[in-house]
Amino acid sequence: MRDVCCVGVGMSKWGEVWERSFRQLFVDAATAAIKGSGVDHLDSLYVGCMSGGMFIGQEHIGALCADYLGMKGLPAAHVESACASGGISVRSAFFEVASGASDIVMAAGVEKMTDCSGDEATQALAGAADQEYEVFHGATFPGLYAMMAHAHMNAYGTTSEMLATVSSKNHDNGAMNPVAQYPFKVSVDQVLNSVMVADPLHILDCSPITDGAAAIILTSEEVAKKLGKPYTKITGSAVATDTIQLAQRDNMATIGSASIAVPKALEMAGKKLTDVDFAEMHDCFTIAEIMIMEAIGLYEPGKAGPAVMAGETRLDGKFPINTSGGLKSKGHPVGATGVAQMVELYKQLTGQAEGGRQLKSSPKVGMAQNMGGTGASSVVHIMEVV
Amino acid sequence: MSQFSARNWREYPQRYRLEASKFKKSGKTYFPPRDIDPETGDTEHEIVRLPDTGKLLTYTVIRIAPSQWGDEGPYALGVAELSDGTRVMAQITDCDVEEVKIGMEIRVEFRRVQSEGSAGILSYAYKFVPKWF
Repeated sequence: MRDVCCVGVGMSKWGEVWERSFRQLFVDAATAAIKGSGVDHLDSLYVGCMSGGMFIGQEHIGALCADYLGMKGLPAAHVESACASGGISVRSAFFEVASGASDIVMAAGVEKMTDCSGDEATQALAGAADQEYEVFHGATFPGLYAMMAHAHMNAYGTTSEMLATVSSKNHDNGAMNPVAQYPFKVSVDQVLNSVMVADPLHILDCSPITDGAAAIILTSEEVAKKLGKPYTKITGSAVATDTIQLAQRDNMATIGSASIAVPKALEMAGKKLTDVDFAEMHDCFTIAEIMIMEAIGLYEPGKAGPAVMAGETRLDGKFPINTSGGLKSKGHPVGATGVAQMVELYKQLTGQAEGGRQLKSSPKVGMAQNMGGTGASSVVHIMEVV
Repeated sequence: MSQFSARNWREYPQRYRLEASKFKKSGKTYFPPRDIDPETGDTEHEIVRLPDTGKLLTYTVIRIAPSQWGDEGPYALGVAELSDGTRVMAQITDCDVEEVKIGMEIRVEFRRVQSEGSAGILSYAYKFVPKWF
């Protein structure tokens, strides 16, 4: 396999973007990525999207996106792995370039979640769980993560304040991100006093429903050098799965798929966890960020919550997590999230993060962990400066 | 999500009779039933009925429910480990949701779980109730 470079990134507006359609959101992100990179064509396109079919009744998304990008004829495909669809899109494009089959490939992700009712959106998202043995019984995603949170609290004494601190920390970062859906600060007290959705998770422990798209362009190093712009390398890519059902896991207080995927991605990159300077993690719910921190070996089980309270994962902490604002503040258009995580890694590694959130430490290695369902999928990428 | 027709009756054995698969080589029981034992790759198995008592490993109280469950909320949902070690997710009923806690002993009972759409086709399956005796 040959080296794979990231030469440009783009994002649409994120939020309740009523004035832009699914295809327009994609075109906004894709156009920004193409413009930023300076490429004059694409060889291939992958689009991550969890459920165009359920959110807006639209399938055949690869062809739709290629067509409206003005590139009919382009090889294009839609890839799906629930909320990890974006990560799978990146991984698909990565291997197409690494194999030598293509020189310039776009990995995009898009989701349009506000064209349907909140109820319909909840139903579509529930498709990432087990319909027959979880959703049938009344499980919702906040409910499933709430059960994981209770299991974690029971095992390690994790508190609601620790969870709320994850949310508050991510909002601090998102307040500096111009594309974030909720670019403002939220205090720990505001989280704790917000309405309870599913015990022990408050509404401000939950990532929102978002319209949005993100795109990155991956090329061979030969192409990247010719373009003459800042580029990074993706040096590790791994994916792992777990049981689709939460009840089937030996330990419901961890994310087993992340425990498998992170070491594999690091090994591929020839790196150790201690070489990684910062990470984007899939904080669909606050408890998820704490569980991932422990699952990947960054902290011992039960120690991540106290570390968050001590500020270790803040922008100025020893291991910054979710400098973009994470899913909580930036928003979570499910199929786009995994690609947007790579956008943040690229910006931080090339010194282009806006709004005062650029890490002062000149980071060299970043990691993105993108997750589907209750952790039945984890996709992990390592990105490095050249 | 329609529960009509084949999809509905295909799930009767598990929902109505708590049928699980027990594999010959490993002796392990899985619910819902599987055709392949993930531990051994064995396919030779028999259908067994799960025990109907256990204890709660974790739970939540869903306070903001989808409209389909709107008139049921708040409702408690949990994962129980049954007396043979298998784990099942279901609603917890016949008690105040504020009294549900981890470690609570439960019994598995046959109950109405939901009604399908505005026509109100009823779906039955198992729920957990506190074990009083």
